[in-house]
Amino acid sequence: MTHYDMSTIADLVDGKLEWPQLKAMMSNFKDPDRFATYIAVLQERVSWDDPILLPLGPHLFIVRKPDGSIVTKSRSGYEFGDYRQNWKLQARIRVRDSDASLEELYPAMMHCTPGWMELREYIDPLDGTLLEVEAVPPGYPIVHSFQPDLETFYREWLGRPL
Amino acid sequence: MTITTDQSRGAGIGWGGQPLRTMLEESERRFSETGHYDGIDRLTLKEADPIRYEKIFSRLRGGMVNARETALNISASPIVREIGELCFALYTPEGDSITLSTGIMVHVHTMSDAIKWMIRNNYEENPGIEDGDIFCNNDAFIGDVHNADVQDILPIFWEGELIGWAAGVTHVIDVGAPLPSGMPMGPIHRYEDGFMLSAQKVGSKNRLHRDYELRCQTAVRLPFYWMLDQQTRIAGCQMIKEAVYRVIREEGIETYKRFIREVIEDGRQSFIQRVKELTIPGKYVVPSFMDVTFGGEAGRLPPEAARDTLMHAPLEVEIGAAGEFKVSFEGASKWGYHSFNAPPSAMQGGLWVLLTQSLVPNDKVNDGAYFAIQNNLPYGSWANPDNTFCSVSIAWVYLIPGYSGIFRALSMAYVGRGYLEEVLAGHPGTWNMTQGGGLNHYGQPGAWTNFEMSSCGTSARYVMDGEDTCAAMWNPEGDMGDVEAWEILEPLLYLGRRIRPNSAGPGKFRGGSGFESIRMVYNTPSQVLYNLGEGNVFLGTGLFGGYPAFAGYRQSIKQTDMARRIAHQLPYPISDEDPENSQMVAHVEGVLERDKRTIHLPDPHAEHDLYLSVLRGGNGLGDVLERDPAAVVRDLNEGYLLPRFAVSTYGVVAIQNAAGEWELDTAATDEQRAAMRRERIAQSMPVEEWIAQQRARVVQQDFIAPVRQMYQESMSLSPTWAAHFRTFWNLDADWSLEGGA
Repeated sequence: MTHYDMSTIADLVDGKLEWPQLKAMMSNFKDPDRFATYIAVLQERVSWDDPILLPLGPHLFIVRKPDGSIVTKSRSGYEFGDYRQNWKLQARIRVRDSDASLEELYPAMMHCTPGWMELREYIDPLDGTLLEVEAVPPGYPIVHSFQPDLETFYREWLGRPL
Repeated sequence: MTITTDQSRGAGIGWGGQPLRTMLEESERRFSETGHYDGIDRLTLKEADPIRYEKIFSRLRGGMVNARETALNISASPIVREIGELCFALYTPEGDSITLSTGIMVHVHTMSDAIKWMIRNNYEENPGIEDGDIFCNNDAFIGDVHNADVQDILPIFWEGELIGWAAGVTHVIDVGAPLPSGMPMGPIHRYEDGFMLSAQKVGSKNRLHRDYELRCQTAVRLPFYWMLDQQTRIAGCQMIKEAVYRVIREEGIETYKRFIREVIEDGRQSFIQRVKELTIPGKYVVPSFMDVTFGGEAGRLPPEAARDTLMHAPLEVEIGAAGEFKVSFEGASKWGYHSFNAPPSAMQGGLWVLLTQSLVPNDKVNDGAYFAIQNNLPYGSWANPDNTFCSVSIAWVYLIPGYSGIFRALSMAYVGRGYLEEVLAGHPGTWNMTQGGGLNHYGQPGAWTNFEMSSCGTSARYVMDGEDTCAAMWNPEGDMGDVEAWEILEPLLYLGRRIRPNSAGPGKFRGGSGFESIRMVYNTPSQVLYNLGEGNVFLGTGLFGGYPAFAGYRQSIKQTDMARRIAHQLPYPISDEDPENSQMVAHVEGVLERDKRTIHLPDPHAEHDLYLSVLRGGNGLGDVLERDPAAVVRDLNEGYLLPRFAVSTYGVVAIQNAAGEWELDTAATDEQRAAMRRERIAQSMPVEEWIAQQRARVVQQDFIAPVRQMYQESMSLSPTWAAHFRTFWNLDADWSLEGGA
């Protein structure tokens, strides 16, 4: 059964694995204990103590607070509320919907046309980290990208209570 | 050896004398009742002798790969020979795929659909199915993506019973449509899509019918290529038949019959196991969009077609507790009077090729995975047109963006589980696609599709940049082809082909870069060219703060002075690099045409006119301000990034030394990035405030026409999506857009 030690998974998280190692990981059978090792690595790298239940990205995590509630929390410590709600609704937003703002990222002619589409940047209110970018037409409802069934994942797939 | 059909066994050619239609209906009934393929719940053959089981699989699968690698040498088309746009597969008598070759695996299930269509339409009775028959199909409403993908399907018999089908597909150069090329833009009805073979019997006794061969000589441009592609497919299928016969001779027919059932159920179970191993149950929402700029074609297209439109692909993936994998496009836009509609078979093709590159990237993939997936393709939408006479000429224009969320959805799951090595921030639009036609450099009516688009940049991974110039979502073995090969086929010379700066989506890890090609029309008085790609919108977006790769544009320089430059050996353009400082414009005299009409009808060019094709890059992943500053400097020095974007995008301050090399100013970079973080906070607002502001815009319906039409279509076709829109913006239950459908 495939197994990687904690330092290998830490190197994976940090992007320190060389391509041959990464490729071997892709081609090999998956290690069933990855999730536990991964969570342990991530837990060491955040400044707060709330247990991580599920990572949502490099800076976002679903965590359990001391009062038992489960919330979405960023690496900076900002809390976005109940994990079943779209965390974006509690973020800050900056929208690139003009040629000038888009041309900070793309040469003229090489960006979307304002009116057809806009770039919405969802920003961590505490440290200004850019957490997610949406490319949608004006008026498009904010996308709730991922709604995990956390209860089923823990109870039925991992075989332990949430 | 001679294989003959023994008609004395019963009324049908299926197993035990069953008609094929009965076999298909029984197979479907057993699956419906048990949830297992053919009702098989235990893999008894595999359990009893797993080594033997694997050996049988390896021999059959090896037969597919061998067929592909050998047969492609028959083709004269660079699309097949150089790019590898072909695929072979083996099917059960009912048309379920058992195993497949490498290549454009898009077609594994499309050919399955075509076989089932023949069975349901009782081909067994008329025109009859006999050993040595050759059926040909390129009808997407039967089982295909579009006319350019031509399939040959050959029945396989053993001792009088039909024991399966061998099938192969190649992408052809021209389909004989009114407009040249394999995938002309401009058809708005099926009648304009070109030479249509609706699962037609074109050969018997292992020979093509003479009437069919003669018809092909005048049905398409460049029939030489068409016929050699057909020989490629038939030869590959014959090799598959031989591989099957060898296995049956060695293992016995009963073992073969049991094996082909078990291996599909094995594929189904493996898919579910893989879903549970790698993902997280829940719902993933990853919409994408595509613009069609036919608004500029008034007078050339009828009014219902000559308009700008925006396609909505509200892709949702739902993974259930038992590993159920549901893919839904609820809320998709209506089908349209354009060339980009995608019937269900085409949609299956798009999904297949992506899943085989991500969730199930192994040799065991077959229709078992199809049986494990549930699809919701709303009837009447572009993904399941209720008008079977609409055009599908280039269904990929909607398929590619439509499924661009699949990798991102799966990647969100992989990040949750910790399988970071699998993460990919989507796939790029595989264009600019350059096509054309006219009198070619051999003086013949010509047509061509340049497949260098098979080498776009991949999107970023979780821990590294995407790869440059190497891939297409629809062909996992992407190759741009040698310029010399394209120049044999196309009356255009390459003046330059190089990495395109800023073609990668920005991020902590940037996407892989695309490239640019500058072509000169040469040795022909005239040639029409098509440009194809998104222009007014981005294709998908990045992940975790990464930005999408660039949106395209169209650029030609006509009436040039290239003849004079060549005659006097003067400098000429070999690159373009930056629309704001175009090297192409700087090094030639002529009339510049540049706009965002990236989808249009054939555009006439004359000899020595120049055409720019900018091939797409991949999306970025992660916050740009976390990108290693040294990587930004490296991108500057290697021409991947235009200097002004080092600061404005990445907050990296670099200084050019006397030798012209960029060097990092670490202190200034730290300061700049801190300022940009503060700026983000200062320039942004709480989302709830923004929603309140935007609601006023929604209520006023302050949208350009294509956006308004998109919302109208989605809300009209889907009450579910309409309710979602109204709920989000807190609108009345009967709110609709003015002039709504």
